[in-house]
Amino acid sequence: MKHGSRLKSAACDTEVMVIRCADGQIECGGAPMGVDRPAEAAALTADFSAGTLMGKRYVDADGAYELLCVKPGKGSLAVDGVALVVKDAKPLPASD
Amino acid sequence: MNLALLLEMAAEAAPDRVGLVCDGKRWTYGALLDAARGAFELIEQSNAEYVALLDESSEAAVIAVFGAALAGVPYCPLNYRLPDADLAALLGRISPALVIGDEERISRIASDQGHTVMARQEFTLKAQEAVPEPDSREYDPGEGVAIQLFTSGTTAAPKAAILRHSNLLGYILGTVEFAGAEESDSALVVVPPYHIAGISALLSSVYSLRRIVMLPVFSPEAWLDLIAAEAISNAFVVPTMLARIVDALDRGQSSDVSTLRAIAYGGGKMPLTVIRRALELFPDAGFTNAYGLTETSSTVALLGPDDHREAFASGNPDVQARLTSLGKPIPTIELEIRSESGEVLGPNEAGEIYVRGEQVSGEYREKSALDAEGWFPTRDAGYLDANGYLFLSGRADDVIVRGGENMSPGEIEDVLLMHPSIADACACAVPSVEWGESVGAALVIREGCDLPSEDDLRSLVRSRLRSSRVPEKIIFVDALPYNEMGKLLRRKVKVAFSA
Repeated sequence: MKHGSRLKSAACDTEVMVIRCADGQIECGGAPMGVDRPAEAAALTADFSAGTLMGKRYVDADGAYELLCVKPGKGSLAVDGVALVVKDAKPLPASD
Repeated sequence: MNLALLLEMAAEAAPDRVGLVCDGKRWTYGALLDAARGAFELIEQSNAEYVALLDESSEAAVIAVFGAALAGVPYCPLNYRLPDADLAALLGRISPALVIGDEERISRIASDQGHTVMARQEFTLKAQEAVPEPDSREYDPGEGVAIQLFTSGTTAAPKAAILRHSNLLGYILGTVEFAGAEESDSALVVVPPYHIAGISALLSSVYSLRRIVMLPVFSPEAWLDLIAAEAISNAFVVPTMLARIVDALDRGQSSDVSTLRAIAYGGGKMPLTVIRRALELFPDAGFTNAYGLTETSSTVALLGPDDHREAFASGNPDVQARLTSLGKPIPTIELEIRSESGEVLGPNEAGEIYVRGEQVSGEYREKSALDAEGWFPTRDAGYLDANGYLFLSGRADDVIVRGGENMSPGEIEDVLLMHPSIADACACAVPSVEWGESVGAALVIREGCDLPSEDDLRSLVRSRLRSSRVPEKIIFVDALPYNEMGKLLRRKVKVAFSA
Protein backbone atom coordinates (compact mmCIF):
# COMPACT_ATOMS: atom_id res chain seq x y z
CA MET A 1 0.00 0.00 0.00
CA LYS A 2 1.18 3.47 -0.58
CA HIS A 3 0.29 7.01 0.25
CA GLY A 4 -2.51 8.21 -2.03
CA SER A 5 -3.95 4.74 -2.75
CA ARG A 6 -7.70 4.25 -2.67
CA LEU A 7 -8.63 1.05 -0.84
CA LYS A 8 -11.95 -0.78 -0.82
CA SER A 9 -13.39 -2.96 1.89
CA ALA A 10 -13.97 -6.63 1.07
CA ALA A 11 -16.74 -6.79 3.66
CA CYS A 12 -18.78 -3.59 3.19
CA ASP A 13 -19.11 -0.36 1.15
CA THR A 14 -16.24 1.43 2.93
CA GLU A 15 -13.59 3.12 0.80
CA VAL A 16 -10.59 5.01 2.17
CA MET A 17 -7.73 7.12 0.87
CA VAL A 18 -4.37 6.28 2.42
CA ILE A 19 -2.88 9.47 3.82
CA ARG A 20 -0.09 7.77 5.79
CA CYS A 21 0.91 4.13 6.14
CA ALA A 22 3.62 1.63 7.05
CA ASP A 23 4.04 -2.06 6.12
CA GLY A 24 1.13 -3.53 8.11
CA GLN A 25 -2.10 -4.93 6.67
CA ILE A 26 -4.99 -2.49 6.44
CA GLU A 27 -8.34 -4.13 7.17
CA CYS A 28 -12.01 -3.26 7.24
CA GLY A 29 -14.74 -5.36 8.81
CA GLY A 30 -12.07 -7.87 9.73
CA ALA A 31 -10.89 -8.51 6.15
CA PRO A 32 -7.89 -7.06 4.25
CA MET A 33 -8.67 -4.01 2.08
CA GLY A 34 -7.55 -3.87 -1.52
CA VAL A 35 -7.47 -1.65 -4.56
CA ASP A 36 -10.24 -3.79 -6.06
CA ARG A 37 -13.20 -5.30 -4.28
CA PRO A 38 -13.17 -9.14 -4.47
CA ALA A 39 -15.90 -10.81 -6.56
CA GLU A 40 -17.18 -12.53 -3.44
CA ALA A 41 -17.71 -10.33 -0.40
CA ALA A 42 -15.99 -11.31 2.85
CA ALA A 43 -18.11 -11.79 5.95
CA LEU A 44 -18.27 -8.87 8.37
CA THR A 45 -16.54 -9.78 11.66
CA ALA A 46 -18.65 -8.79 14.66
CA ASP A 47 -15.66 -7.17 16.41
CA PHE A 48 -15.11 -4.87 13.43
CA SER A 49 -18.64 -3.80 12.59
CA ALA A 50 -18.98 -0.42 14.26
CA GLY A 51 -19.07 1.30 10.86
CA THR A 52 -17.08 4.06 9.19
CA LEU A 53 -18.10 7.70 8.83
CA MET A 54 -17.70 9.79 5.70
CA GLY A 55 -14.91 12.35 5.86
CA LYS A 56 -13.49 11.12 9.17
CA ARG A 57 -9.79 10.40 9.47
CA TYR A 58 -8.77 7.16 11.20
CA VAL A 59 -5.41 6.75 12.91
CA ASP A 60 -3.45 4.24 14.96
CA ALA A 61 -1.94 4.99 18.37
CA ASP A 62 1.58 5.55 16.97
CA GLY A 63 0.52 7.91 14.20
CA ALA A 64 2.01 5.59 11.56
CA TYR A 65 -1.32 5.16 9.76
CA GLU A 66 -3.93 7.64 8.67
CA LEU A 67 -6.91 6.77 6.47
CA LEU A 68 -9.55 9.16 5.16
CA CYS A 69 -12.99 7.61 4.76
CA VAL A 70 -14.33 8.63 1.34
CA LYS A 71 -17.24 6.21 1.31
CA PRO A 72 -18.87 4.97 4.52
CA GLY A 73 -19.79 1.37 5.30
CA LYS A 74 -20.73 -1.06 8.05
CA GLY A 75 -17.25 -2.38 8.81
CA SER A 76 -14.67 -0.68 11.00
CA LEU A 77 -11.02 -0.09 10.22
CA ALA A 78 -7.97 -1.81 11.66
CA VAL A 79 -4.31 -2.51 10.99
CA ASP A 80 -3.10 -6.08 11.71
CA GLY A 81 -6.17 -6.66 13.88
CA VAL A 82 -5.79 -3.51 15.98
CA ALA A 83 -8.72 -1.11 15.60
CA LEU A 84 -8.07 2.42 14.35
CA VAL A 85 -9.70 5.39 16.05
CA VAL A 86 -11.19 8.63 14.73
CA LYS A 87 -8.60 11.39 14.67
CA ASP A 88 -9.58 14.13 17.03
CA ALA A 89 -9.20 17.41 15.17
CA LYS A 90 -9.96 20.67 16.86
CA PRO A 91 -11.84 22.62 14.20
CA LEU A 92 -10.28 25.95 13.24
CA PRO A 93 -12.41 29.02 12.59
CA ALA A 94 -13.09 29.37 8.86
CA SER A 95 -10.33 31.57 7.51
CA ASP A 96 -11.15 31.72 3.82
CA MET B 1 -4.37 11.96 -4.25
CA ASN B 2 -6.27 14.22 -6.59
CA LEU B 3 -7.66 17.59 -5.50
CA ALA B 4 -10.97 16.66 -7.15
CA LEU B 5 -11.49 14.24 -4.23
CA LEU B 6 -12.93 17.23 -2.33
CA LEU B 7 -15.78 17.67 -4.81
CA GLU B 8 -16.21 13.90 -5.25
CA MET B 9 -16.75 13.53 -1.50
CA ALA B 10 -19.20 16.45 -1.39
CA ALA B 11 -21.16 14.95 -4.29
CA GLU B 12 -21.06 11.50 -2.69
CA ALA B 13 -22.39 12.77 0.65
CA ALA B 14 -24.87 15.39 -0.58
CA PRO B 15 -25.46 15.19 -4.35
CA ASP B 16 -28.65 17.26 -4.27
CA ARG B 17 -27.51 19.98 -1.87
CA VAL B 18 -26.93 23.40 -3.43
CA GLY B 19 -23.18 24.07 -3.41
CA LEU B 20 -22.95 27.24 -5.47
CA VAL B 21 -25.08 30.29 -6.25
CA CYS B 22 -23.92 32.67 -8.98
CA ASP B 23 -25.94 35.21 -10.94
CA GLY B 24 -29.08 33.70 -9.43
CA LYS B 25 -28.29 30.22 -10.79
CA ARG B 26 -28.02 27.37 -8.27
CA TRP B 27 -25.70 24.39 -8.70
CA THR B 28 -25.86 21.19 -6.65
CA TYR B 29 -22.67 19.32 -5.71
CA GLY B 30 -23.80 16.55 -8.05
CA ALA B 31 -24.21 18.99 -10.95
CA LEU B 32 -20.83 20.58 -10.23
CA LEU B 33 -19.07 17.19 -10.23
CA ASP B 34 -20.80 16.22 -13.48
CA ALA B 35 -19.68 19.48 -15.08
CA ALA B 36 -16.11 19.03 -13.79
CA ARG B 37 -16.06 15.56 -15.39
CA GLY B 38 -17.40 17.10 -18.60
CA ALA B 39 -14.66 19.74 -18.39
CA PHE B 40 -12.13 16.88 -18.17
CA GLU B 41 -13.37 15.74 -21.60
CA LEU B 42 -13.02 19.25 -23.06
CA ILE B 43 -9.51 19.59 -21.65
CA GLU B 44 -8.46 16.17 -23.01
CA GLN B 45 -9.83 17.05 -26.46
CA SER B 46 -8.02 20.41 -26.53
CA ASN B 47 -4.55 18.90 -25.82
CA ALA B 48 -3.95 21.92 -23.63
CA GLU B 49 -1.02 21.95 -21.22
CA TYR B 50 -2.77 24.46 -18.94
CA VAL B 51 -6.33 25.47 -18.17
CA ALA B 52 -6.46 29.24 -17.83
CA LEU B 53 -9.31 31.42 -16.58
CA LEU B 54 -9.54 35.03 -17.73
CA ASP B 55 -12.79 36.00 -16.10
CA GLU B 56 -14.48 37.22 -12.96
CA SER B 57 -15.77 34.71 -10.39
CA SER B 58 -18.44 32.37 -11.68
CA GLU B 59 -19.35 28.67 -11.69
CA ALA B 60 -16.70 28.30 -14.42
CA ALA B 61 -13.97 28.79 -11.80
CA VAL B 62 -15.23 25.80 -9.77
CA ILE B 63 -15.79 23.61 -12.82
CA ALA B 64 -12.39 24.52 -14.27
CA VAL B 65 -10.33 23.99 -11.11
CA PHE B 66 -11.74 20.49 -10.53
CA GLY B 67 -11.91 19.60 -14.24
CA ALA B 68 -8.24 20.55 -14.65
CA ALA B 69 -7.36 18.49 -11.57
CA LEU B 70 -9.11 15.41 -12.99
CA ALA B 71 -7.18 15.88 -16.25
CA GLY B 72 -3.86 16.39 -14.49
CA VAL B 73 -3.37 19.77 -16.16
CA PRO B 74 -2.44 22.82 -14.04
CA TYR B 75 -5.24 25.35 -13.54
CA CYS B 76 -3.98 28.89 -13.98
CA PRO B 77 -6.43 31.73 -13.27
CA LEU B 78 -5.13 35.03 -14.66
CA ASN B 79 -5.51 38.60 -13.44
CA TYR B 80 -7.86 40.24 -15.94
CA ARG B 81 -6.88 43.67 -14.61
CA LEU B 82 -3.38 43.40 -16.08
CA PRO B 83 -2.51 45.59 -19.07
CA ASP B 84 -2.61 43.83 -22.47
CA ALA B 85 1.16 43.51 -22.86
CA ASP B 86 1.66 41.94 -19.41
CA LEU B 87 -1.26 39.58 -19.89
CA ALA B 88 -0.03 38.51 -23.33
CA ALA B 89 3.37 37.71 -21.82
CA LEU B 90 1.78 35.49 -19.15
CA LEU B 91 -0.42 33.76 -21.73
CA GLY B 92 2.73 33.09 -23.74
CA ARG B 93 4.27 31.30 -20.75
CA ILE B 94 1.37 28.80 -20.51
CA SER B 95 0.84 28.03 -24.20
CA PRO B 96 -0.95 25.97 -25.38
CA ALA B 97 -3.79 26.50 -22.90
CA LEU B 98 -7.52 26.05 -22.85
CA VAL B 99 -8.46 29.62 -21.96
CA ILE B 100 -11.91 30.25 -20.50
CA GLY B 101 -13.30 33.78 -20.52
CA ASP B 102 -12.69 36.96 -22.46
CA GLU B 103 -12.57 35.61 -26.04
CA GLU B 104 -12.38 39.00 -27.69
CA ARG B 105 -9.39 40.10 -25.64
CA ILE B 106 -7.43 36.87 -26.15
CA SER B 107 -7.95 36.96 -29.91
CA ARG B 108 -6.74 40.55 -29.89
CA ILE B 109 -3.59 40.08 -27.79
CA ALA B 110 -2.63 36.39 -28.08
CA SER B 111 -4.15 35.00 -31.27
CA ASP B 112 -0.80 33.61 -32.41
CA GLN B 113 -0.06 31.59 -29.26
CA GLY B 114 -1.98 28.42 -30.11
CA HIS B 115 -4.60 28.59 -27.36
CA THR B 116 -8.06 27.07 -27.44
CA VAL B 117 -10.47 29.76 -26.29
CA MET B 118 -13.98 29.35 -24.89
CA ALA B 119 -16.30 32.02 -23.54
CA ARG B 120 -17.67 31.30 -20.06
CA GLN B 121 -21.15 30.22 -21.22
CA GLU B 122 -19.76 28.04 -23.97
CA PHE B 123 -17.43 26.30 -21.52
CA THR B 124 -20.05 25.60 -18.84
CA LEU B 125 -22.62 24.50 -21.41
CA LYS B 126 -20.25 22.17 -23.25
CA ALA B 127 -18.95 20.78 -19.94
CA GLN B 128 -22.51 19.88 -18.93
CA GLU B 129 -23.09 18.18 -22.28
CA ALA B 130 -19.83 16.21 -22.27
CA VAL B 131 -20.33 14.33 -18.95
CA PRO B 132 -18.84 10.83 -19.38
CA GLU B 133 -20.54 7.62 -18.18
CA PRO B 134 -19.73 6.90 -14.50
CA ASP B 135 -16.48 4.92 -14.02
CA SER B 136 -15.68 5.11 -17.73
CA ARG B 137 -12.61 7.30 -17.34
CA GLU B 138 -9.19 7.00 -15.76
CA TYR B 139 -8.54 10.27 -13.94
CA ASP B 140 -5.14 11.69 -13.06
CA PRO B 141 -3.64 10.25 -9.85
CA GLY B 142 -2.88 13.77 -8.59
CA GLU B 143 0.85 13.46 -8.07
CA GLY B 144 1.72 16.67 -9.94
CA VAL B 145 0.78 20.34 -10.04
CA ALA B 146 -2.86 21.31 -9.48
CA ILE B 147 -2.64 25.09 -9.66
CA GLN B 148 -0.20 27.65 -11.02
CA LEU B 149 -0.53 31.25 -9.91
CA PHE B 150 1.52 34.15 -11.18
CA THR B 151 2.68 36.39 -8.35
CA SER B 152 1.75 40.05 -8.69
CA GLY B 153 5.28 40.92 -9.77
CA THR B 154 5.66 44.23 -7.95
CA THR B 155 9.42 43.69 -7.66
CA ALA B 156 10.30 41.87 -10.88
CA ALA B 157 8.69 39.80 -13.62
CA PRO B 158 5.79 37.73 -12.20
CA LYS B 159 6.94 34.38 -10.80
CA ALA B 160 4.94 31.23 -11.53
CA ALA B 161 4.14 29.76 -8.10
CA ILE B 162 3.03 26.15 -8.26
CA LEU B 163 0.79 24.33 -5.82
CA ARG B 164 0.69 20.55 -5.94
CA HIS B 165 -2.39 18.44 -5.27
CA SER B 166 -0.62 17.34 -2.06
CA ASN B 167 -0.10 20.94 -0.86
CA LEU B 168 -3.74 21.93 -1.35
CA LEU B 169 -5.15 18.68 0.03
CA GLY B 170 -2.77 18.94 2.98
CA TYR B 171 -4.20 22.38 3.72
CA ILE B 172 -7.87 21.45 3.35
CA LEU B 173 -7.76 18.05 5.06
CA GLY B 174 -5.66 19.51 7.87
CA THR B 175 -7.82 22.56 8.59
CA VAL B 176 -11.39 21.90 7.43
CA GLU B 177 -13.83 19.36 8.85
CA PHE B 178 -15.65 17.44 6.14
CA ALA B 179 -19.35 18.43 6.03
CA GLY B 180 -18.71 20.67 9.04
CA ALA B 181 -21.16 23.34 7.86
CA GLU B 182 -24.86 23.51 8.69
CA GLU B 183 -27.20 23.07 5.74
CA SER B 184 -28.23 26.73 6.06
CA ASP B 185 -24.62 28.01 6.01
CA SER B 186 -23.33 30.00 3.08
CA ALA B 187 -20.08 31.80 2.30
CA LEU B 188 -19.98 35.04 0.35
CA VAL B 189 -16.95 35.00 -1.98
CA VAL B 190 -15.79 38.38 -3.32
CA VAL B 191 -12.07 37.75 -3.72
CA PRO B 192 -11.14 37.41 -7.41
CA PRO B 193 -10.55 33.88 -8.75
CA TYR B 194 -6.85 34.48 -9.52
CA HIS B 195 -6.01 35.14 -5.86
CA ILE B 196 -5.07 32.28 -3.51
CA ALA B 197 -7.77 33.39 -1.04
CA GLY B 198 -10.36 33.14 -3.83
CA ILE B 199 -9.24 29.59 -4.59
CA SER B 200 -8.98 28.39 -0.99
CA ALA B 201 -12.46 29.82 -0.32
CA LEU B 202 -13.86 27.54 -3.04
CA LEU B 203 -11.97 24.47 -1.85
CA SER B 204 -12.73 24.83 1.85
CA SER B 205 -16.39 25.67 1.20
CA VAL B 206 -16.86 22.61 -0.99
CA TYR B 207 -15.23 20.30 1.55
CA SER B 208 -17.22 21.68 4.49
CA LEU B 209 -20.43 21.59 2.37
CA ARG B 210 -20.88 25.31 2.87
CA ARG B 211 -22.83 26.87 0.02
CA ILE B 212 -20.75 29.33 -2.03
CA VAL B 213 -22.44 32.59 -3.03
CA MET B 214 -20.40 34.62 -5.50
CA LEU B 215 -20.30 38.39 -5.79
CA PRO B 216 -18.09 38.93 -8.86
CA VAL B 217 -17.83 42.71 -8.57
CA PHE B 218 -17.53 44.15 -5.08
CA SER B 219 -19.35 47.20 -3.81
CA PRO B 220 -20.29 47.67 -0.16
CA GLU B 221 -23.96 48.11 -1.10
CA ALA B 222 -24.10 44.92 -3.18
CA TRP B 223 -22.23 43.03 -0.46
CA LEU B 224 -24.64 44.14 2.27
CA ASP B 225 -27.67 43.41 0.07
CA LEU B 226 -26.46 39.91 -0.72
CA ILE B 227 -25.79 39.15 2.96
CA ALA B 228 -29.49 39.75 3.62
CA ALA B 229 -30.86 38.19 0.42
CA GLU B 230 -28.91 34.92 0.75
CA ALA B 231 -28.82 34.82 4.57
CA ILE B 232 -25.01 34.62 4.43
CA SER B 233 -23.25 33.10 7.47
CA ASN B 234 -19.57 33.44 6.46
CA ALA B 235 -17.64 36.06 4.53
CA PHE B 236 -14.03 36.76 3.64
CA VAL B 237 -12.91 40.30 2.78
CA VAL B 238 -9.66 42.15 2.17
CA PRO B 239 -9.00 45.19 4.38
CA THR B 240 -10.03 47.78 1.78
CA MET B 241 -13.38 46.03 1.37
CA LEU B 242 -14.03 46.01 5.12
CA ALA B 243 -13.08 49.69 5.28
CA ARG B 244 -15.67 50.48 2.60
CA ILE B 245 -18.35 48.31 4.26
CA VAL B 246 -17.78 50.05 7.61
CA ASP B 247 -17.89 53.39 5.86
CA ALA B 248 -21.18 52.56 4.08
CA LEU B 249 -22.79 51.47 7.36
CA ASP B 250 -21.61 54.65 9.06
CA ARG B 251 -23.15 56.67 6.24
CA GLY B 252 -26.52 55.09 7.02
CA GLN B 253 -26.64 52.15 4.61
CA SER B 254 -28.63 49.44 6.38
CA SER B 255 -29.12 45.76 5.83
CA ASP B 256 -30.15 42.69 7.80
CA VAL B 257 -26.80 41.14 8.70
CA SER B 258 -28.12 39.04 11.58
CA THR B 259 -27.23 35.75 9.86
CA LEU B 260 -23.56 36.72 9.51
CA ARG B 261 -21.64 34.67 12.09
CA ALA B 262 -18.10 34.79 10.77
CA ILE B 263 -16.07 37.46 9.00
CA ALA B 264 -12.55 36.49 7.98
CA TYR B 265 -10.05 38.92 6.53
CA GLY B 266 -6.52 38.97 5.18
CA GLY B 267 -4.43 39.87 2.17
CA GLY B 268 -3.03 43.09 3.58
CA LYS B 269 -2.63 45.20 6.69
CA MET B 270 -5.90 45.94 8.47
CA PRO B 271 -6.05 49.46 9.94
CA LEU B 272 -6.79 49.31 13.67
CA THR B 273 -9.56 51.89 13.39
CA VAL B 274 -11.37 49.79 10.77
CA ILE B 275 -11.29 46.52 12.70
CA ARG B 276 -12.35 48.24 15.94
CA ARG B 277 -15.31 49.89 14.21
CA ALA B 278 -16.22 46.61 12.50
CA LEU B 279 -16.25 44.83 15.86
CA GLU B 280 -18.77 47.44 17.04
CA LEU B 281 -20.92 47.31 13.90
CA PHE B 282 -21.04 43.49 13.82
CA PRO B 283 -21.31 42.67 17.53
CA ASP B 284 -22.50 39.10 16.94
CA ALA B 285 -19.96 38.12 14.29
CA GLY B 286 -16.74 36.25 15.00
CA PHE B 287 -13.75 37.86 13.29
CA THR B 288 -10.75 35.91 12.03
CA ASN B 289 -7.56 37.44 10.69
CA ALA B 290 -5.85 35.02 8.33
CA TYR B 291 -2.22 35.28 7.32
CA GLY B 292 -0.96 33.30 4.38
CA LEU B 293 0.75 33.47 1.03
CA THR B 294 0.20 32.04 -2.41
CA GLU B 295 3.22 29.78 -1.83
CA THR B 296 1.67 28.35 1.36
CA SER B 297 -1.73 27.37 -0.13
CA SER B 298 -3.36 30.15 1.95
CA THR B 299 -3.60 30.43 5.76
CA VAL B 300 -0.60 29.58 7.97
CA ALA B 301 -1.53 31.69 11.03
CA LEU B 302 -4.75 33.12 12.33
CA LEU B 303 -6.21 35.35 15.02
CA GLY B 304 -9.57 33.86 15.96
CA PRO B 305 -12.89 35.31 17.16
CA ASP B 306 -12.22 34.98 20.90
CA ASP B 307 -8.87 36.74 20.62
CA HIS B 308 -10.53 39.58 18.71
CA ARG B 309 -13.20 40.16 21.35
CA GLU B 310 -10.74 39.81 24.22
CA ALA B 311 -8.32 42.30 22.68
CA PHE B 312 -11.16 44.69 21.86
CA ALA B 313 -12.45 44.69 25.44
CA SER B 314 -9.09 44.61 27.21
CA GLY B 315 -7.47 47.51 29.09
CA ASN B 316 -4.08 45.79 28.93
CA PRO B 317 -1.99 47.29 26.09
CA ASP B 318 -0.28 43.94 25.34
CA VAL B 319 -3.65 42.22 24.91
CA GLN B 320 -5.09 45.19 22.98
CA ALA B 321 -2.15 45.01 20.59
CA ARG B 322 -3.24 41.55 19.46
CA LEU B 323 -5.82 43.22 17.22
CA THR B 324 -2.86 44.18 15.03
CA SER B 325 -1.31 40.69 15.19
CA LEU B 326 -1.75 37.72 12.89
CA GLY B 327 -2.56 35.42 15.78
CA LYS B 328 -0.85 32.07 16.12
CA PRO B 329 0.42 29.50 13.62
CA ILE B 330 -2.21 26.86 12.80
CA PRO B 331 -1.49 23.41 14.33
CA THR B 332 -0.34 21.84 11.04
CA ILE B 333 2.32 24.52 10.45
CA GLU B 334 5.76 25.06 11.96
CA LEU B 335 6.85 28.70 12.11
CA GLU B 336 10.19 30.31 13.02
CA ILE B 337 11.66 33.79 13.01
CA ARG B 338 15.21 33.85 11.73
CA SER B 339 17.92 36.47 11.61
CA GLU B 340 19.72 37.39 8.40
CA SER B 341 22.50 34.97 9.31
CA GLY B 342 19.93 32.18 9.70
CA GLU B 343 19.78 31.73 13.48
CA VAL B 344 16.38 31.15 15.09
CA LEU B 345 15.33 34.19 17.11
CA GLY B 346 13.49 34.37 20.43
CA PRO B 347 10.37 36.25 21.52
CA ASN B 348 10.10 39.91 20.48
CA GLU B 349 13.11 39.64 18.17
CA ALA B 350 12.29 40.70 14.63
CA GLY B 351 13.52 38.77 11.63
CA GLU B 352 12.24 36.89 8.62
CA ILE B 353 9.24 34.55 8.95
CA TYR B 354 9.97 30.93 7.91
CA VAL B 355 7.26 28.27 7.62
CA ARG B 356 7.18 24.52 7.02
CA GLY B 357 4.32 22.07 6.51
CA GLU B 358 2.52 19.90 3.99
CA GLN B 359 0.60 22.86 2.56
CA VAL B 360 3.79 24.86 1.99
CA SER B 361 4.88 24.56 -1.61
CA GLY B 362 7.51 27.30 -1.79
CA GLU B 363 8.00 26.16 -5.36
CA TYR B 364 8.15 28.18 -8.54
CA ARG B 365 8.12 26.88 -12.09
CA GLU B 366 11.77 27.92 -12.32
CA LYS B 367 13.05 26.70 -8.94
CA SER B 368 12.11 25.82 -5.37
CA ALA B 369 12.69 28.38 -2.63
CA LEU B 370 12.64 25.75 0.14
CA ASP B 371 15.84 25.17 2.09
CA ALA B 372 17.34 21.69 2.62
CA GLU B 373 15.07 21.06 5.64
CA GLY B 374 11.91 22.10 3.81
CA TRP B 375 11.55 25.58 5.32
CA PHE B 376 10.13 28.37 3.18
CA PRO B 377 11.50 31.90 3.63
CA THR B 378 8.37 34.06 3.27
CA ARG B 379 10.31 37.33 2.73
CA ASP B 380 7.90 38.74 5.32
CA ALA B 381 9.49 40.36 8.33
CA GLY B 382 7.97 39.92 11.77
CA TYR B 383 8.27 38.66 15.32
CA LEU B 384 6.52 36.45 17.86
CA ASP B 385 5.64 38.02 21.21
CA ALA B 386 6.13 36.28 24.55
CA ASN B 387 2.70 34.62 24.23
CA GLY B 388 3.35 33.31 20.73
CA TYR B 389 1.33 35.89 18.79
CA LEU B 390 2.80 36.71 15.39
CA PHE B 391 3.28 40.33 14.39
CA LEU B 392 4.10 41.38 10.86
CA SER B 393 6.37 44.32 10.26
CA GLY B 394 6.32 44.29 6.47
CA ARG B 395 8.11 42.64 3.59
CA ALA B 396 11.72 41.77 4.35
CA ASP B 397 12.59 43.79 1.25
CA ASP B 398 10.83 46.82 2.75
CA VAL B 399 13.01 46.94 5.84
CA ILE B 400 14.79 50.27 6.17
CA VAL B 401 18.49 49.88 6.90
CA ARG B 402 19.81 53.05 8.46
CA GLY B 403 23.50 52.93 9.29
CA GLY B 404 23.35 49.16 9.81
CA GLU B 405 20.22 49.32 11.97
CA ASN B 406 17.16 47.45 10.61
CA MET B 407 13.83 49.22 11.02
CA SER B 408 10.43 48.02 9.94
CA PRO B 409 8.11 50.55 8.27
CA GLY B 410 5.10 49.14 10.16
CA GLU B 411 6.10 50.35 13.62
CA ILE B 412 6.78 53.87 12.34
CA GLU B 413 3.47 53.95 10.45
CA ASP B 414 1.54 52.75 13.51
CA VAL B 415 2.88 55.69 15.51
CA LEU B 416 2.23 58.25 12.76
CA LEU B 417 -1.35 56.98 12.46
CA MET B 418 -1.95 57.89 16.10
CA HIS B 419 -1.89 61.55 15.07
CA PRO B 420 -5.54 62.70 14.75
CA SER B 421 -4.90 64.46 11.42
CA ILE B 422 -3.24 61.49 9.70
CA ALA B 423 -5.55 59.22 7.70
CA ASP B 424 -2.92 56.99 6.09
CA ALA B 425 0.83 56.58 6.32
CA CYS B 426 3.66 54.85 4.52
CA ALA B 427 7.23 54.74 5.79
CA CYS B 428 9.97 53.69 3.41
CA ALA B 429 13.68 53.94 2.84
CA VAL B 430 15.00 57.10 1.21
CA PRO B 431 18.63 57.47 0.15
CA SER B 432 20.84 59.21 2.67
CA VAL B 433 24.43 60.28 2.13
CA GLU B 434 25.23 59.95 5.82
CA TRP B 435 23.35 56.72 6.69
CA GLY B 436 22.94 54.89 3.38
CA GLU B 437 19.19 54.87 3.98
CA SER B 438 16.98 56.87 6.26
CA VAL B 439 13.26 57.05 6.97
CA GLY B 440 10.86 58.79 4.63
CA ALA B 441 7.17 59.14 5.45
CA ALA B 442 4.38 59.73 2.92
CA LEU B 443 1.25 60.89 4.71
CA VAL B 444 -2.39 61.43 3.82
CA ILE B 445 -4.24 64.11 5.79
CA ARG B 446 -7.69 63.29 7.12
CA GLU B 447 -10.48 65.19 5.38
CA GLY B 448 -11.25 68.49 7.06
CA CYS B 449 -8.06 68.47 9.13
CA ASP B 450 -5.29 71.05 9.04
CA LEU B 451 -1.83 70.18 7.84
CA PRO B 452 0.14 69.15 10.97
CA SER B 453 3.61 70.59 11.38
CA GLU B 454 6.52 68.34 10.52
CA ASP B 455 8.01 69.05 13.94
CA ASP B 456 4.87 67.75 15.67
CA LEU B 457 5.01 64.56 13.66
CA ARG B 458 8.69 64.04 14.37
CA SER B 459 8.27 64.57 18.10
CA LEU B 460 5.37 62.10 18.07
CA VAL B 461 7.67 59.42 16.63
CA ARG B 462 10.52 60.44 18.95
CA SER B 463 8.22 60.10 21.99
CA ARG B 464 7.40 56.48 21.11
CA LEU B 465 10.38 55.05 19.25
CA ARG B 466 14.14 55.32 19.08
CA SER B 467 15.37 58.54 17.47
CA SER B 468 16.70 56.62 14.45
CA ARG B 469 13.04 56.00 13.48
CA VAL B 470 12.22 59.69 13.20
CA PRO B 471 11.40 60.49 9.55
CA GLU B 472 14.02 62.60 7.88
CA LYS B 473 11.85 63.35 4.89
CA ILE B 474 8.08 63.91 5.09
CA ILE B 475 5.80 64.37 2.11
CA PHE B 476 2.04 64.86 1.99
CA VAL B 477 0.07 63.07 -0.72
CA ASP B 478 -3.61 62.88 -1.70
CA ALA B 479 -3.70 59.09 -1.44
CA LEU B 480 -1.35 56.13 -1.14
CA PRO B 481 -1.14 53.61 -3.98
CA TYR B 482 -2.76 50.22 -3.28
CA ASN B 483 -3.32 47.27 -5.60
CA GLU B 484 -6.84 45.87 -5.98
CA MET B 485 -6.25 43.46 -3.08
CA GLY B 486 -5.48 46.31 -0.71
CA LYS B 487 -1.71 45.78 -0.72
CA LEU B 488 0.26 48.98 -0.28
CA LEU B 489 2.65 49.47 -3.21
CA ARG B 490 5.67 50.79 -1.33
CA ARG B 491 7.83 50.90 -4.40
CA LYS B 492 5.54 53.46 -5.97
CA VAL B 493 5.75 55.55 -2.81
CA LYS B 494 9.55 55.43 -2.99
CA VAL B 495 9.35 56.84 -6.48
CA ALA B 496 7.29 59.76 -5.14
CA PHE B 497 10.21 60.65 -2.84
CA SER B 498 12.71 60.81 -5.65
CA ALA B 499 10.34 62.96 -7.75
